[in-house]
Amino acid sequence: MTVARSASPDGGGGRREGAHVPISAPETTTDGPSAAEAVSLTGLEYSFGSTKAVDGVDLSVRTGEVFGLLGPNGAGKTTAIRVITTLLPVPAGVVRVFGYDVARQKMNVRRLLGYVPQQLSADASLTGRENVALFARVFDVSRKERAERVVQALEAVGLTEAADRLAGTYSGGMVRRLELAQALVSAPRLLILDEPTIGLDPIARDGVWEHISQVRAATGMTVLVTTHYMDEADQYCDRLALMHKGRIRAHGTPEELKNRLDERRREAGVDHASPVTLEDVFRDVAGSGLDDQGGGEFRDVRRTRRTASRVG
Amino acid sequence: MSAAPVAPHPESAERLDLLLTAPAARTGWRVVPARVLAMCIVELQKLRHDRTEIYTRAIQPALWLLIYGETFTRIRAIPTGGIPYLDYLAPGIIAQSAMFISIFYGIMIIWERDSGILTKLLVTPTPRAALVTGKAFAAGVKAVIQVVVVVVIAALLGVSLTWNPLKLLGVVAIVVLGSAFFSCLSMSIAGIVLTRDRLMGIGQAITMPLFFGSNALYPVSAMPGWLQVISKFNPLSYEVDALRGLLIGTPAHLGTDYAVLAFAAALGITAASALLARLAR
Ligand SMILES: Nc1ncnc2c1ncn2[C@@H]1O[C@H](COP(=O)(O)OP(=O)(O)O)[C@@H](O)[C@H]1O
Ligand SMILES: [Mg+2]
Repeated sequence: MTVARSASPDGGGGRREGAHVPISAPETTTDGPSAAEAVSLTGLEYSFGSTKAVDGVDLSVRTGEVFGLLGPNGAGKTTAIRVITTLLPVPAGVVRVFGYDVARQKMNVRRLLGYVPQQLSADASLTGRENVALFARVFDVSRKERAERVVQALEAVGLTEAADRLAGTYSGGMVRRLELAQALVSAPRLLILDEPTIGLDPIARDGVWEHISQVRAATGMTVLVTTHYMDEADQYCDRLALMHKGRIRAHGTPEELKNRLDERRREAGVDHASPVTLEDVFRDVAGSGLDDQGGGEFRDVRRTRRTASRVG
Repeated sequence: MSAAPVAPHPESAERLDLLLTAPAARTGWRVVPARVLAMCIVELQKLRHDRTEIYTRAIQPALWLLIYGETFTRIRAIPTGGIPYLDYLAPGIIAQSAMFISIFYGIMIIWERDSGILTKLLVTPTPRAALVTGKAFAAGVKAVIQVVVVVVIAALLGVSLTWNPLKLLGVVAIVVLGSAFFSCLSMSIAGIVLTRDRLMGIGQAITMPLFFGSNALYPVSAMPGWLQVISKFNPLSYEVDALRGLLIGTPAHLGTDYAVLAFAAALGITAASALLARLAR
C-alpha cells in the first residue's frame, strides 16, 4: 500500500483538494478549467466482483506530455483507462480530467477525450472515411467543416489513399491508424490509447507511433498510452508509471527509472556488463520480469488473441 | 499552438489546422436528433455497401406468402372478413419481417460491444438515451427498406395494396415505431444477459411466440381466450392491425395502434437506455 501511495509524483493529495473545480459546468463549455494536470487519480480502486483490478492508484498526467502506463497483462491498465474514459463508475473526487470530475461531469470529460480502445474497433462494414465522419458527427462538427476535417484527420494518419475502401479490407496497422483518425477528428485535448500496438508487426508498430508523434507535435495534445512493450515506452514516453497487480510500483522518466536502478546496483556492488533497461527496472520493482508473468488470466489471453488474429 | 497557414500543396502531411480546435458543442434538445441522424446515416451507408442481408431476409417472407398464403387461400380455413387470405396475410408477413430484422439489429449491439465499436461511442458526448434512440431509429430505417422489398414481393404475387402516398407514409411511421420497440427489446435483453451466446438463444426464443401470439396469421377472434389476452399485450398485433388498415383497407383502430406503438417505443428506449450501462462494464 505504501508503495502505491508514495508513488504520487507531487507528494500527496493536499494540493488537489484545494483545486478549483466548477460544480456544475454548463455543457456549453468545451474547455475544462485550465488545469496543469490532464489526468489526476487519487486513491483509485476498482473491483470486478472479488477481483481487485485497480488497488489504490495515485497518478498525475501533466498537460502536454506523453505518459505511459506500463505493465503486464492483467495489471489493471485497461481498467484504469476505462475509469478515466467514464466507462466504469467511480465515486466523485477520485478521478479528474482537466479538472472535471469523471463521476459528475461526464459530458465535459468526454468532449475532451479521444479514445482508442484495446480491441480493433473500427467498423469493418464502413469505409475509412465513413468511420471518421461518424465521429465527426457525434462530436458535433458542423456540416460546413465536416468533410474537410475528415480529410485532414485521414491525411494526418496517412490513410488518404485508402479512405474510400471498406475498413474490413485494412491491415491491422491501418485499422489502428484509422482509429487514431477517428479520435483526432474532434481535436481532443487528451488522447487515450490502450495498447495501440498490440499484435502489430514491428513495422506497423513504428508506423502507428510515427503518426502519434507527428500529430502530437502539431497539436500539442496530451497523450496517455498503455503498453506492455518496454522498448516503445522507453523510446516514446516522456514519463512512465510501472503498474503491477493493480498498483503503481514506480514512476518517473525512463532515464530516471533506469538511472535509479543503475545507482542502486552500483552501490550494492553488483557489476552489470549491459546497461540497465526498463525491463530490468520492472523486474526490480515487481519481483519478476514482464515475460514471466503468466500472461494474466484466460480472458486477457483470449482477448489479446482475438485482437491479434484480427490484426493478422 | 497557433493554426499554421494552409499549405498550398495538398500532399503536405502538416495540413492539420482544423484539427487544432474542438468543434462547438450542440446542446439541449438538438443533441438527440443529431445523434439519431448520425446513426441512421451509418445504417444507410452500410446498406449501400452490402444489401445481401435485405435480400436473404426477403426469402422467408416470400415463402410464407407463396406457400402458406396460397395454400390457406385455397382451403379458406381462416375467417378473414371476405378478403382473400393472401391479402389478409401480406401485412402480417410484412410486420413479421420488420420485427425479425429489428430484433436481430438489437442483438448486434452485443457484437458492437465485443468489438469495441459501442465502447468508443459511449466515450463520445452522446447521452445513453440518445445513443439508444439513434440505434432504435436506425433499426427503423433498415426495417423500412426490408418492408419495401416484401411489399414488392406481395404486389408481384397479386396482393391488392394501396399506393396512396399518405397511407404509405403512415406505413413507414408504424414500421419505424414498431422496429424501435423490437430493437430496444433485444437491446434490453442484451443489457440483462450480457453474453452473445445467451442472447442468441433468447432472440430465437422470443421471435416465434411474438409472431404466433399476434394477429399476423389469423384474426384475434379465432384464438383461444388465453392467446387473445397475450395478443392484447403484443405490440406486433397493433402493428399488423395498422398495416392491414393502411395497406389493404380492412377496418382498423389506427388511433390506438399509433398510441400503443409510440408508447411501447418510448418504454423500450427508456429500458434499453437504463440497461446500456451494464454492457459498458
Ligand atoms: N469485465 C471484467 N470482468 C471481470 N474481471 C475483469 C474484467 N475486466 C478486467 N478484469 C480483471 O481485472 C484485472 C485487470 O484487468 P485489465 O485492467 O484488463 O488489465 P490490463 O489491461 O493491464 O491487462 C484482471 O485480473 C482481469 O482479469
Ligand atoms: Mg489491457
